[in-house]
Amino acid sequence: MSSETKQILTTDGIPLEVSLKKAERKNKIKAFLLVAPLLFFLIITYVFPIGDMLFRSVDDKMVTQMLPKTFKAMENWDGQELPEEEVFAAFHEDFIKLVEDKREGKLSTQLNYTKNGFKSIIKKLRRASKKFEEGNYKEQIMSVHKRWADVEYWRAIQRRAPEFTGQKYLKGMDMYVNEEGKIVSVEEDRRIHRVLWLRTLEIAFFVTVFCFLMAYPIAHLLATLPMKYSNLLMICVLLPFWTSLLVRTASWMILLQQQGIVNDFFVGIGLVADDNRPEMMYNKTGSYVAMTQILLPFMVLPLYSVMKTISPSLMRAGKSLGGTPFVAFWKVYFPLTIPGIGAGCLLVFILAIGYYITPALVGGASGTLISNQIAFHMKSTLDWSFASAMGLMLLSGVLVIYWLYNKIVGIDNIKLG
Amino acid sequence: MASKKDFVKFDKVDKSYDGKVLVVKDLQLDIAEGEFITMLGPSGSGKTTCLMMLAGFETPTNGEIYLDGKAISSIPPHKRGIGMVFQNYALFPHMTVYENLAFPLRVRKIPKDEADKKIDKALSMVSLQGFAARMPGQLSGGQQQRVAVARSLVFDPQLVLMDEPLGALDKNLRESMQYEIKHIHESIGVTVVYVTHDQSEALTMSNRIAVFNDGKVQQLSSPDELYEKPVNSFVAEFIGENNTFGGEVSDISGGKCKVKLANAEILANPISVKGKGERTTVSLRPERALINPSTKMDNLHKGKIEEVIYHGDHTRVRINLLGNPEFILKVPNSSSNLDIKLGNEINIGWNSDDARALDPK
Repeated sequence: MSSETKQILTTDGIPLEVSLKKAERKNKIKAFLLVAPLLFFLIITYVFPIGDMLFRSVDDKMVTQMLPKTFKAMENWDGQELPEEEVFAAFHEDFIKLVEDKREGKLSTQLNYTKNGFKSIIKKLRRASKKFEEGNYKEQIMSVHKRWADVEYWRAIQRRAPEFTGQKYLKGMDMYVNEEGKIVSVEEDRRIHRVLWLRTLEIAFFVTVFCFLMAYPIAHLLATLPMKYSNLLMICVLLPFWTSLLVRTASWMILLQQQGIVNDFFVGIGLVADDNRPEMMYNKTGSYVAMTQILLPFMVLPLYSVMKTISPSLMRAGKSLGGTPFVAFWKVYFPLTIPGIGAGCLLVFILAIGYYITPALVGGASGTLISNQIAFHMKSTLDWSFASAMGLMLLSGVLVIYWLYNKIVGIDNIKLG
Repeated sequence: MASKKDFVKFDKVDKSYDGKVLVVKDLQLDIAEGEFITMLGPSGSGKTTCLMMLAGFETPTNGEIYLDGKAISSIPPHKRGIGMVFQNYALFPHMTVYENLAFPLRVRKIPKDEADKKIDKALSMVSLQGFAARMPGQLSGGQQQRVAVARSLVFDPQLVLMDEPLGALDKNLRESMQYEIKHIHESIGVTVVYVTHDQSEALTMSNRIAVFNDGKVQQLSSPDELYEKPVNSFVAEFIGENNTFGGEVSDISGGKCKVKLANAEILANPISVKGKGERTTVSLRPERALINPSTKMDNLHKGKIEEVIYHGDHTRVRINLLGNPEFILKVPNSSSNLDIKLGNEINIGWNSDDARALDPK
């Protein structure tokens, strides 16, 4: 047979493929128009913000634009000794311009991110610069404060020269580029982010495990009980969904506080002494308890939807073929629920890893997560680029987990209902 | 091997799910070793409940079930060693055909080479060699059913239960599977308890049939006896086609009885009527009544043809006879078919032996 396939024509002599495309075009346009609003919405609310976040996390143009002449002059500086007069002159020129525009405060904030101690010396420099005489700026600037005569601070300024930087990501991992340009960790007692990352992973992991352990029997009951009971149980599972997240978290605060209901109960049954009430809130315990309860439905529902499809005759078959109830469960029922387990665990883990309100309210200092740190930088320090960088690190962490899941279990093996 | 007459014995078994209604009432049933027995009945008649009690998934509310002389009510299903074929196959979808068949052998800790032999044998029994590596989802309905049968037999149980196993198959496949299951039963001699609501399936396959209705066994007998000699009007109605006349016994003597209908009198065979004045339903199979009979028959009446339906090998004729407008006749298609035309009056005759006077409906 010839390898060439003969072109098939329609009865009118038009090639079949052309004719088919023509016939389908109208449908394709219709379909596209139908999804267009959603596509537009997604681009506006998802693709664009994430792109902006990615850009913001590496964008370092601000200082570059504030001190253009300084960085130009610094190009020939080797960074070993204090820079030459021409650098100081250029810096003075840039600085005067900033003061005129009232933007020297921003510069001080930015430089302070790079190295602590810039705030005060820039303030001093602003005051002193009014009385500066022309020429010999090196001497004049160095005389304002001894830090201006410290080569470390000039190196810190030089590090802000590139328009783009990855240093926010390093900072998110408690690392920085030191004076020799090497990536090193910060001192032991200043490493706050690593602890937070690990704690976030730990809490997300254990919340997932607790949710799984609790949801599995519930979902099984839901799937096997007669309709009238299972409906009631389903309402119990879904009831928290209909309540505001804040209300739920607040009720956990009422329950878990030291003079709260749970503690009263423990004291009442004599489990703990009245003067020795355990702290169940403002620490990890609080985060665990509240997050597990709040995320439980996200585990129950995928499990339920999978279990609902497993015919009860399969378990019966397993038993009638000689398997003990445990063997029938483990070899027959459990493997069939894996798609639901995968979906539920992935869902809960990903939600937990980025959880914010609940740990902020009941987590205290030892129960907060990385998201709380991100919020802190968004709201308090206004270091948005750092917040963006950590947000992206979180996002890539989730993507890695997703990828791992796909490798191990297979993403087709997921069932949300 | 002398086969036991009461290999499986239901002894005064009652079953109720809600404490109000008895689903199974005072069931007394002996099943012989090597027998193919079918529980036949409409849905809700208690036949599946009986099977589930035998398998161990339901417990009798009262009474006891014996398997090979041992009371089994307190034995859990997995220790009963009974093979079972489920209505929707119940193959384990995440296991290959091989693994499905290996499951009962693995839990019994049978060594692998011996297990492989058994699996090969079971697969060849249902002519599915070469399918061992397939997943159940890759098989057709009929093939899945065969795997289910093979799986229920692979561990050599003495008793196999089948719960409407062919219900989901199309008609042709169902018929060929009926023969296949029958042949498997004949070749290995296992005792089979089969549940179905399809009477033709029951008649084709079984040694004996237990007709269930309303939680009770109405009749337990061989297929031919069930069809030819139903003992009550439920069985007569349920098995095959049936013409009935409701009336009153006006005379009974010499193995015959006269039954008075609204405007006529017929002769019948008294089965469950004892004396004069009793209400009765007379049951007559369509093929036992003849048009213009050549031999002498003790019932001969005139009827008007209301409907003629052509069926290929035979023609169904609906006749208004003795006040019963639903009287059905089956006439073999041959050239000698005279005046079967709509509206014609014809003579219908039958022997009083074939007209069974049963309990009133």
